[in-house]
Amino acid sequence: MREDWRFRLREQRACWTAAALFVLIFALYIAKHQTGWTVPVLTTAANKGVLLAIVAMAQTLPVLTSGIDLSVGMVFVLANCLASHLVVGTPLQAAAGVLVVLAAGALCGWINGAIIVYGRLQPIITTLATGAVYFGLALGLRPVPGGDVHAGLADALTGALPGGVPAMLVVLLAVVLLVWVPFRRSAVGRAALAIGSAEAAAYMSGVNIGRTRLVTYTLAGLLASIGGLLLTFVTYSGEASAAIGGVYTLNSIAAVVIGGTSLAGGAGSAIGSVFGALVLRTIGDLLFVFDLEPLWQPLFQGVILLAAVSLGALRLLKVDNRLDLFK
Amino acid sequence: MDPVLELVDVSKRYGGVRALDRAQFACAPGRIHALLGENGAGKSTLIKIMAGVVQPDEGRIVLEGSDRRFVHPQHAVAAGIACIFQELSLMPHLSVADNICITNPPTRLGLIDRRAQRRVAEAALARAGAEDIHPLAPVDSLSLSRRQMVEIAKALSRQPKILILDEATSALTAADVQRVYGLLKRLRDEGLAIVYISHRMNEIAELADECSVFRNGRHVATFEAGSQSDAQTVEMMIGRDIAHAFPPKPPPRAAAETAPPALDVRGLSWGGRLHDIRLAVRAGEIVGLGGLDGQGQREFFLALFGVLRGVTGEVRQGGDPVSAGSPRQAKRRGIGIALVPEDRKTDGLMLPMSVRDNLSFAALDRLSRAGVVIASAEAEATAAMVRRLSIKAPEPGDPVATLSGGNQQKVVIAKWLMNAPRIVLLSDPTRGIDVGTKQEIYVLLRRLAEEGAAVLLYSTDYAELIGCCDRVAVFFDGRIVRWLAGAELTEHALVASALNLTAETLH
Amino acid sequence: MTALALRLRRSRHLPVVAAAACTLGLLLVGSLYSRNFLSADYLLLQLQIASFLGLVATGAMLVILLGGIDLSVPWLVTVGGVMSAAAAGWWGPAGEWLAIPFGILCGCLFGIVNGIGVAYLRVPSMIFTLGINAVAQGLIVVQTGGFAPQDRATPAMHLLATGRSLLGIPNPLLVWIVVGACTLFLLHRTTLGRAIYGVGNSERAAYLSGVDTRRVTLLCFAIAGASSAAAGVLLTGYSTKAYQAMGDAYQLPAIAAVVLGGTHILGGRGSYVGTVVGVILITLLQSILSVMQIPEMGRQVIYGAVIIAMLLMYGRGRRHSQ
Repeated sequence: MREDWRFRLREQRACWTAAALFVLIFALYIAKHQTGWTVPVLTTAANKGVLLAIVAMAQTLPVLTSGIDLSVGMVFVLANCLASHLVVGTPLQAAAGVLVVLAAGALCGWINGAIIVYGRLQPIITTLATGAVYFGLALGLRPVPGGDVHAGLADALTGALPGGVPAMLVVLLAVVLLVWVPFRRSAVGRAALAIGSAEAAAYMSGVNIGRTRLVTYTLAGLLASIGGLLLTFVTYSGEASAAIGGVYTLNSIAAVVIGGTSLAGGAGSAIGSVFGALVLRTIGDLLFVFDLEPLWQPLFQGVILLAAVSLGALRLLKVDNRLDLFK
Repeated sequence: MDPVLELVDVSKRYGGVRALDRAQFACAPGRIHALLGENGAGKSTLIKIMAGVVQPDEGRIVLEGSDRRFVHPQHAVAAGIACIFQELSLMPHLSVADNICITNPPTRLGLIDRRAQRRVAEAALARAGAEDIHPLAPVDSLSLSRRQMVEIAKALSRQPKILILDEATSALTAADVQRVYGLLKRLRDEGLAIVYISHRMNEIAELADECSVFRNGRHVATFEAGSQSDAQTVEMMIGRDIAHAFPPKPPPRAAAETAPPALDVRGLSWGGRLHDIRLAVRAGEIVGLGGLDGQGQREFFLALFGVLRGVTGEVRQGGDPVSAGSPRQAKRRGIGIALVPEDRKTDGLMLPMSVRDNLSFAALDRLSRAGVVIASAEAEATAAMVRRLSIKAPEPGDPVATLSGGNQQKVVIAKWLMNAPRIVLLSDPTRGIDVGTKQEIYVLLRRLAEEGAAVLLYSTDYAELIGCCDRVAVFFDGRIVRWLAGAELTEHALVASALNLTAETLH
Repeated sequence: MTALALRLRRSRHLPVVAAAACTLGLLLVGSLYSRNFLSADYLLLQLQIASFLGLVATGAMLVILLGGIDLSVPWLVTVGGVMSAAAAGWWGPAGEWLAIPFGILCGCLFGIVNGIGVAYLRVPSMIFTLGINAVAQGLIVVQTGGFAPQDRATPAMHLLATGRSLLGIPNPLLVWIVVGACTLFLLHRTTLGRAIYGVGNSERAAYLSGVDTRRVTLLCFAIAGASSAAAGVLLTGYSTKAYQAMGDAYQLPAIAAVVLGGTHILGGRGSYVGTVVGVILITLLQSILSVMQIPEMGRQVIYGAVIIAMLLMYGRGRRHSQ
């Protein structure tokens, strides 16, 4: 029985490292912040961080299957624009709007999956192209920034619950518990890891590769649209910005890597990606709070990102069989 | 006894190649049925059809009297046919239990029931005789032999009626091999039908109740085990009479030799896995590396080839000390080492590239000037190689993936011969290759030795070591524990030394 | 399917042929809209525009052939543009021609760092080049003081980007032709080219065959950095000034052009001729979409859909059961 804990711990080691890193950096941030540990500060941090965290979760799923989704940022933006049209009016209308937005995101993800599975195209180029399509649709919905969102819902979700807990964190927790955990613990979630680990072996073992991929990419689309929906609540508008879409896509990949999931697939956790995303967000804020010259902030952020993803290179020092360097 | 699984008039084509031509096969419960034949004879295709991995173009599959079609491996498994292939079907990142229960895991409320799954895994491991493997261990933390045992446990967990093994014991330690033999006999006695493919005659002799021989995609004969001699069996397999399996060896040389050895290794150690290796090979000698799999033989080759870091000790060539820091340095004219790796598909060849490109790949320095490849020199040299080794490739421009396993291995060897190496290291070069090509390779190795190269051959096939090598160094735990030559070089001695037993403890 | 069609489908040249056919198709469609499409002037102009993308795609192709991807294109293009203009500012008249190689060298240095990260530190190329992109952005921000770049391009740069010095051929096209010819030679006739294909097919097998795979990787990333920067230098020459987001519009089209030209995204297979055709195809597509005055929305959708449609024609993988 003692052995069991050892195995389970090893499995989640990367997750814990990312969590520890986040706690460290966030503590530094709060310590240096003028106002410090107060509800408004926490809420602002949560509102920004959770958005990337959810998109990072979306990115994790295809990465586990050794794929990638370069359209998550664009689905994120598309959902934002769609929500700025639909999540308005009476509570019933707003609720219906939410459902439509989520369905649209899932559909985008499903289309990605279908092209990859039935078209047998590589994920990287497929999602690069569909990303352009989704962005185009977003542009069609919101040629100029604008729109609105149900004020009551937005206020509630971007504010804090009694007790000072940012509502966004609760939303994040809900998404983790309702989407990631069931996925991970189900047969299809494990099949996703199997595909990423050894696809040929998975096929031989009877894993349904096509269906697993479809579910994976659909869920990724769904998660990205949840992020877009939440963005609408934060900004109270919809904007089709290629820059934002691009930044979220690329940062989601960085978050996945920092969170300990290998881009080669087969092992990893969306929870690690969540912490990876929070680390990324907090670093930006950290530089601000340390009064670093605004001019130097982008450079520092870039260098830290580079250093963070290169950390894995340290284990190379131990490699004494050079053949191990090549997969 | 009525057969439980029958393949009737089954045919399968791959493009222009006829892999199976109206093949017949039947296996009965409670019997171990061995499948024999060269590579390309159709055994693997037959197995894949039974396991639902490929579909036959024509013919019927009859399971317990009724016609069936298996469109996906899962269907065959559900029908009670479990297959263990050469390429393992395990996912390295996942745990043993996850792998065993990868399809149809026990569930509760839609989620995997981990405790129930663990019980299933433990039961399967116990049935396979591998209770010492922890179900939660990730597969990539296990040795190759343990992984093979997990593969067997996985097959057994589906309660199959028919068990098919394709070269399943090739990676096992001696102890595990005995366990598997015992397991297979137990399962046979319990009423399973077992189909067994192996290239090792001693295994067939140990296990099989009946044998079927295939040649060129056709069924040649089925007979009771033991009713035909080895020579008769091999003749059925390759369709011609073979006088000698191995080329003759030169007589052992006199002890006094003036020239320094072609390769002289002293005190070579590496990171706790190789200890104080001492070995000298003369030009014209074929030295074998024996011992169980994974005792440091591969690592020794890698050390010589410059792949390992932190190697200590002395390596001399023709008396002069050399050190290779990388394969690039090792293959250079001054040193001239060639390594033929054991996994040709991932380490020896670039499958989508043409035969010609693969052949010239390691010798480009010699076929170019100032970095520019001289096309005519390349075409000439590669054509000469194809002739020299009788490589059967329709066009030199065809992708090497279209060649048979034996021809692919010839390409790997030829690739290195283009450099006229002085030291040739071969790691299990005849694994999974048909008998005919094996013989060609043995003749080639002897000729290479006669032309002055020093040849080191690592093989897990005892017959090969005994038939090909002048001397054999037996490895155990990273050390050479015994040298065998001449009359001492017997299978008995090899087995004993491999287990590091002295002559006395044997009897 | 007829025997010819079947052979074509399996042929290595299918992607190039298909891409070329689509290019011709686009020209025809465009000519329906406006007679100008088939005029020599217009075609030359298209080729001139294509040259910028062609330079970037050359570097992108080399990296993709290796089995990697270079996501640092946007800011390395900007590095080329900004640094060459800056050099013009520092060195005055002496720097008129020197500014060009200087800008390219800056990109090359970043490319070398990419190569070190990917080849020696073994960080996946996708994520490392992403990080370099961010670092490059940071450095440019510092260099320009956060403002839009003020330095002007040198007359030499402007000439290189807009002039027609030889037989009426636009200079950027000449540059692309020269670079393209060198790349074609490199890939098909040199040992380095073979090594690149080998590494892209199987780095393990290439290493065990005695190729210094890490150096090959480093070289390709260095060339990619240089080619991105070169495009930036030309762009700056064209508009006489560098500008902040000048490279953003080249990242996706470069990868699309390479893949549409038949290079396998996982590496090991592809011909430069295909990339050339892919670049022209993408450029024509973009031109047609803008001439037809289709709103940006439609352009993006059509762009993505065309890429998918073409890949479905010839870029499909094999089934598991085969």
